[in-house]
Amino acid sequence: MVHVKTIEDLKKIKEEFGKRIQVSGKNFDPEKVVQIKVGLGTSGIASGAKEVMNFLRDELEKRNIEALVTQTGDMGYSYAEPTIEVKLPGQPAVVFGKVNIKKADEIIERYIKNGELIDGILPTNYMTI
Amino acid sequence: MAKYRMHLLVCDGTTCHASQSESVKNALQDCLELNNLENEVKVVSTGCFGYCEKGPIVKVLPDNTLYVKVKPGDAEEIVKEHILNGQIVKRLLPTESVAQVYASEGKTPFFDKKQIRIALRNCGFIDPENIEEYIAHDGYQALCKCLTEYTPQQVIDIIKRSGLRGRGGGGFPTGLKWEITAKVKSDQKYVICNADEGDPGAFMDRSIMEGDPHSVIEAMAINGYCTGANKGLVYIRAEYPLAVKRLKVAIDQARAYGLLGKNIFNSGFDFDIELRYGAGAFVCGEETALIHSMEGKRGEPTFKPPFPSEHGYLGKPSNVNNVETYANVPVIINKGADWFASIGTEKSKGSKVFALAGKINNVGLIEVPMGTTLRDVIFKIGGGIKGGKEFKAVQTGGPSGGCLTSHHLDTPIDYDNLIAAGSMMGSGGMIVMDEDDCMVSIAKFYLGFTVDESCGKCSPCRIGNKRLYEILDKITKGEGTMEDLTKLRNLSEVIKDTSLCGLGQTSPNPVLSTLDNFWEEYVEHVVDKKCRAGSCKGLMKYIIDAEACTGCTACARACPVNAISGERKGPHFINQEICIKCGTCMEKCKFNAVLLQ
Repeated sequence: MVHVKTIEDLKKIKEEFGKRIQVSGKNFDPEKVVQIKVGLGTSGIASGAKEVMNFLRDELEKRNIEALVTQTGDMGYSYAEPTIEVKLPGQPAVVFGKVNIKKADEIIERYIKNGELIDGILPTNYMTI
Repeated sequence: MAKYRMHLLVCDGTTCHASQSESVKNALQDCLELNNLENEVKVVSTGCFGYCEKGPIVKVLPDNTLYVKVKPGDAEEIVKEHILNGQIVKRLLPTESVAQVYASEGKTPFFDKKQIRIALRNCGFIDPENIEEYIAHDGYQALCKCLTEYTPQQVIDIIKRSGLRGRGGGGFPTGLKWEITAKVKSDQKYVICNADEGDPGAFMDRSIMEGDPHSVIEAMAINGYCTGANKGLVYIRAEYPLAVKRLKVAIDQARAYGLLGKNIFNSGFDFDIELRYGAGAFVCGEETALIHSMEGKRGEPTFKPPFPSEHGYLGKPSNVNNVETYANVPVIINKGADWFASIGTEKSKGSKVFALAGKINNVGLIEVPMGTTLRDVIFKIGGGIKGGKEFKAVQTGGPSGGCLTSHHLDTPIDYDNLIAAGSMMGSGGMIVMDEDDCMVSIAKFYLGFTVDESCGKCSPCRIGNKRLYEILDKITKGEGTMEDLTKLRNLSEVIKDTSLCGLGQTSPNPVLSTLDNFWEEYVEHVVDKKCRAGSCKGLMKYIIDAEACTGCTACARACPVNAISGERKGPHFINQEICIKCGTCMEKCKFNAVLLQ
């Protein structure tokens, strides 16, 4: 059990988190793996985001692509659920909308393998802090 | 497969689509092929950029150049100048000033973004079930700062200075509320989070709890430190199972990391949080009813004062704030009161999350600075009205709010402006209506909701709203009189003045605001027996034009209630007594013989 008692403890966790990410017990360098976030809010799940997430996990492993697939909350694009964010190493993250199994397959084959963008990208139209 | 060196993103949101983005896309593709570039550059269609008024939009990657109002005829220039020669087509850039910045510094243009994510800062970015990811996004630093560097009063002063007001709807200054609770002396105090989100079409709080539960936990602990409470309670609807699950996971993790429990950050401050489930009664969003429900009593409101800050849960001082209010707190501590106060309008600071729903293209969750106009929200971020129809009204504040019209589109959204316009901020549901919506029916819908949700304790709300509903029902059936309209207004005023709690005091708002803004529509229903939106079935009549009818019997065979009769090859007619006005006959008729009156 980790006990956080000082600001240094928090900063340490923050720093460590940025350096490595764990996938099923193995450590990965975040700079080298494909990172995918699936919007698993209620609206995402209702539109089939869980199936998409399972598909991505299974298929990326089958196709020998080192990738980290995690869940996140509602990205806000209810009109385009399920939504996923894909970050290829060294590139800005791209959000895809209306991702069903077929689209997820296309994303793996064309975007993740070849860096080729495909229809259905959701542009970021907000500032973060 | 080819590796592309460039991508051209063409906005294919509904509005851009209407303004010919498809032809732009085709023109670009043709130009690329003409120049043998189709294996190097790819054209891709995307969702809405949120700048619909400037569409169609083309964005070039990887250099991020944004071209606006692109016409098919511009494709050649973009391909030749930008892609082949590496020269930006300045005349297609968003604004003069941007074009100038380009010329002088060669920088990527910054397009002023309409949205800012403060309460939603982590929502959709982090894994809500991983506390380390929250900490990696500066989570719990605000709590640490408060416990180790500030006195409770200093924290309260920061929140006061930030100008944060309650996001649940009322807009009471948050810092002041905290101060009042802090000043009351008591052996036990409570921090309560109101997560009883009940407005139809609203899901702001649910999304925050599902996407960033730790921000709420952290803020509640900060509040506990300020007010002297060591126990937090979240009152959440059992119908939000995912939010409940994620909150539970988050609370367990916070305990495991020592961020909840005894002696947090070695400061001697103890704090823990428990969940309390609500059964989904709208009235329990009212704080006194919420507290009674938590105590295991009936969810009924009581008279204020005493306010919960003095006499709350189990009779002890309790600070009640809404989910979104709490979600703002850690950022204010981290980035400072001045930073927060620099966003928004004079009296409403920061940003507000809205759930866009109804007849709008980009249904979803947005967060905009206070002071953004309704027009920007609906037509820019929201992508305009579905199917290119005419905007008619927007309902803000749920069943307690009002319907605003096109006259109000340029009103900057803040607490005071919305009240002045006859509506209210509410918790942030925004339901957009188009020309097909009948305003009398809309008022009836909301009244139906409040009649269902009224707890029945006080007569004005229990009986009065029922009568309002009955009068509206009568009008939508075409049986209303002008007297009824006067009665509607008078009764509404009485209910507003005499109801016990916020539910009853605001429930006539949809009636009053539609009476004010759509008076002609009420009069049409009453005098002309006409519903211009064509949604009041009681006022509609399907008839068959005997001359146009060929007697093919298609309508008679399709009618689900056998209301149509007539000889084969002879004119048919509809028995109005039996007709349920489903419109099937009209759909089936190939000769346009069925008419709607």
